[in-house]
Amino acid sequence: MSEDLEKYKGNNVPEKWESDDTIEGEIATLNLGPTHPATHGIFQNVLKVDGEKILSSEQTVGYIHRAFEKLAERRPFHQITPITDRLNYCSSPINNIGWHMTVEKLAQIEVSKRIDYMRVIIMELARIADHLVCNSVIGVDTGALTGFTWMFIERERIYDMYEQICGARLTTNIGRIGGFERDFTPKFHELIKDFLKTFPKRFEEFNSMLDRNRIFMDRTIGVGGISGERALNYGFTGPNLRAAGVDYDVRVHTPYSSYQDFEFDIPVGTGGDTYDRFQVRQEEIRQSLRIISQAYNNLPEGSYHADAPEFYLPDKADVYNKMEALIYHFKIIMGETPVPAGEVYHSVEGGNGELGYYLISDGGRNPYRLQFRRPCFIYYQAYPEMITGQSLSDAVVTLSSMNVIAGELDA
Amino acid sequence: MDTGLLIEKIVLIVLLFAVSLGVAAYLTLLERKVAAWMQDRIGPDRAGKWGLLQPLADGGKLFFKEDFIPANADRFLFIIGPGLAMGFAMMTSAVIPWGPNIQAFGRDIALQVADVNIGILYIMALSSVAVYGIMIGGWASNNKYSLFSAIRASSQMISYELAMGIAIITVVLMSGSLSLREIVDAQHGFWNDGYFTWNFFKQPIGFIVFFVCTVAELNRAPFDMAECESELITGHHTEYGSMKMGFFLFAEYVHLFVGSAVISALYFGGYNFPFMDYFSGNTLAILGVLAFFAKTGFFIFVIMWIRWTLPRFRYDQLMALGWKKLIPISIVNMVITAVAVAFASGWFSSDKKDQVEPASAKMEVVADKQKLTLNQSTIKH
Repeated sequence: MSEDLEKYKGNNVPEKWESDDTIEGEIATLNLGPTHPATHGIFQNVLKVDGEKILSSEQTVGYIHRAFEKLAERRPFHQITPITDRLNYCSSPINNIGWHMTVEKLAQIEVSKRIDYMRVIIMELARIADHLVCNSVIGVDTGALTGFTWMFIERERIYDMYEQICGARLTTNIGRIGGFERDFTPKFHELIKDFLKTFPKRFEEFNSMLDRNRIFMDRTIGVGGISGERALNYGFTGPNLRAAGVDYDVRVHTPYSSYQDFEFDIPVGTGGDTYDRFQVRQEEIRQSLRIISQAYNNLPEGSYHADAPEFYLPDKADVYNKMEALIYHFKIIMGETPVPAGEVYHSVEGGNGELGYYLISDGGRNPYRLQFRRPCFIYYQAYPEMITGQSLSDAVVTLSSMNVIAGELDA
Repeated sequence: MDTGLLIEKIVLIVLLFAVSLGVAAYLTLLERKVAAWMQDRIGPDRAGKWGLLQPLADGGKLFFKEDFIPANADRFLFIIGPGLAMGFAMMTSAVIPWGPNIQAFGRDIALQVADVNIGILYIMALSSVAVYGIMIGGWASNNKYSLFSAIRASSQMISYELAMGIAIITVVLMSGSLSLREIVDAQHGFWNDGYFTWNFFKQPIGFIVFFVCTVAELNRAPFDMAECESELITGHHTEYGSMKMGFFLFAEYVHLFVGSAVISALYFGGYNFPFMDYFSGNTLAILGVLAFFAKTGFFIFVIMWIRWTLPRFRYDQLMALGWKKLIPISIVNMVITAVAVAFASGWFSSDKKDQVEPASAKMEVVADKQKLTLNQSTIKH
């Protein structure tokens, strides 16, 4: 029993619990999942519990494995975008755009500043939506449902904006390789102006519900903590790593899509616990708003797509009237466009962390191999260490604060 | 036995039963409306105007659902669990004085089923027994999450009962009686000779302790450890369906109603209201009942408001709050109150002729004073 505890003992497991010798309890096995409502997806955790104290935990992954990487090997490049939607479905635009940028990197397509800025706006909106879901769900798991519904109204407004850009809301399939299928609509401009004006106040109202709430702080401080060193060893990235005190952000360390043009801060926590993760995400939402207003106010004029005829579908009118457009249309649809052979890795700062695409192309119509670097998969490996020695309630809050999304975990 | 009294009590019981059930049914609607209001939603509005038929629709639906008992559940206890929860919830309201006496059919009718002289103990006892419904239901479900819920509920009940009891002792010290009617009568009016009569103004700390404990006893957020939909999948409800689950939910709302009524009776003067001396007879009785329901409604709203605002405690934090904070506070409060009452009644003065009559007795009704003098005379014999 105590060997179990030793085995899983991490650096941040609190010492306040009694040792096993003082508890003459019976050990029970408890299935947290796969259909437990607090897992927000399909995860199984087989817990060994003594009362409510977790002695050890074993996870099962793969309940919604859909073989995305294998699927991608049989699909033309532009048809892989809808697959990426289903990774982290809380922020699908980031996944879509990350994939487009990977292919652009491979095919060496240059996109204009305008496309970069449009992408930044959409990706930051997606980040806000992702963080809103995560932080309001921490509230739900601690029992405060009201902030959740408030923030889901705001998320709806972000989804309305997606709808203006691409017509879809959740699985967006936003943009194309080489830009966007259409420009920002007038309605989108209206929506985003309204959003930038009214959102901060409503967001701060939500923040005031939990931020300095005594019960919330008691529930989250020191819960599910992980040290910066352990987090790095596991391969944490994104808000969860930053909460542990490491200031790694892909947007700053390897800027993509003109992120170097914008001024923003990276919030960093200290303890890596649930409260830190909450605060880091709250601050990132504010920083995202800063980025959006900078990008939106300095949005350059120009075309909304790059000049990449072998990837970007021509206008329908041109297809009917111009020979060249018809040929490209045919070749793109049939997957006959030439793609350079090579290996490329591109990563974006996704909603949860570094979302990487490792693409090997042999020059054929499909990727030879495509690997998604999925941050949730990595976070979930650390989950047993983070909850060992804590109580059942803490386990639930820890899982939601790491924002482990089943779709991204299992791919 | 007076037949008139019997009929009177039976009518009162039936009426009270109907009122408790009706109020509890509409509290489910109110809760959803309050939640919707706080969360920028509309809430139920399909069944009838403003969803007024929603409770009936819910009840009807629950009755027609399949009555399912899990294979490994203890059949007898599984059925008895929700029954106990509901039964004890309905019994609690018997000792609550709902208003001043009313004159009807040539009789002086007390709006109270039973004026038990230990009414407050009766309420304490029933509210503790009520947890048996959850315990038995959770245990009989043969589900680990339900078992957790049962354990949580019972340990929560034990730790909060203590602080609650001590808080009640202070009220008893102030009023000099265990009978709820006498406690309410001792808070006559609102303002008397330069001091507030309601116990809330005399016992603010006691009120806070009692209020927190009541919310905990009701298993309401932030103390809804037993239900806890995010961790325990609504705990003891998990394996229940149809009207058996409806009983659990219903019992919770009956408790909410009765609990709020007890709060207003003990600390907010019950059916007393300011300027009540200008009225008399049946007008006073009706206004008193209305005042009592208004206060009860207010507390119901406050408890709902808390539920939709605050996060939930963790199990160990709940225990820490109960044992390390509420109980010491209530004990200190009780000691101070006891000393003050003793001081006021002349225990510490060298001249001890007042000591038989406690200060609080001055507020008591004349009949009690007569009893007291009667007792003294019997002692002399």
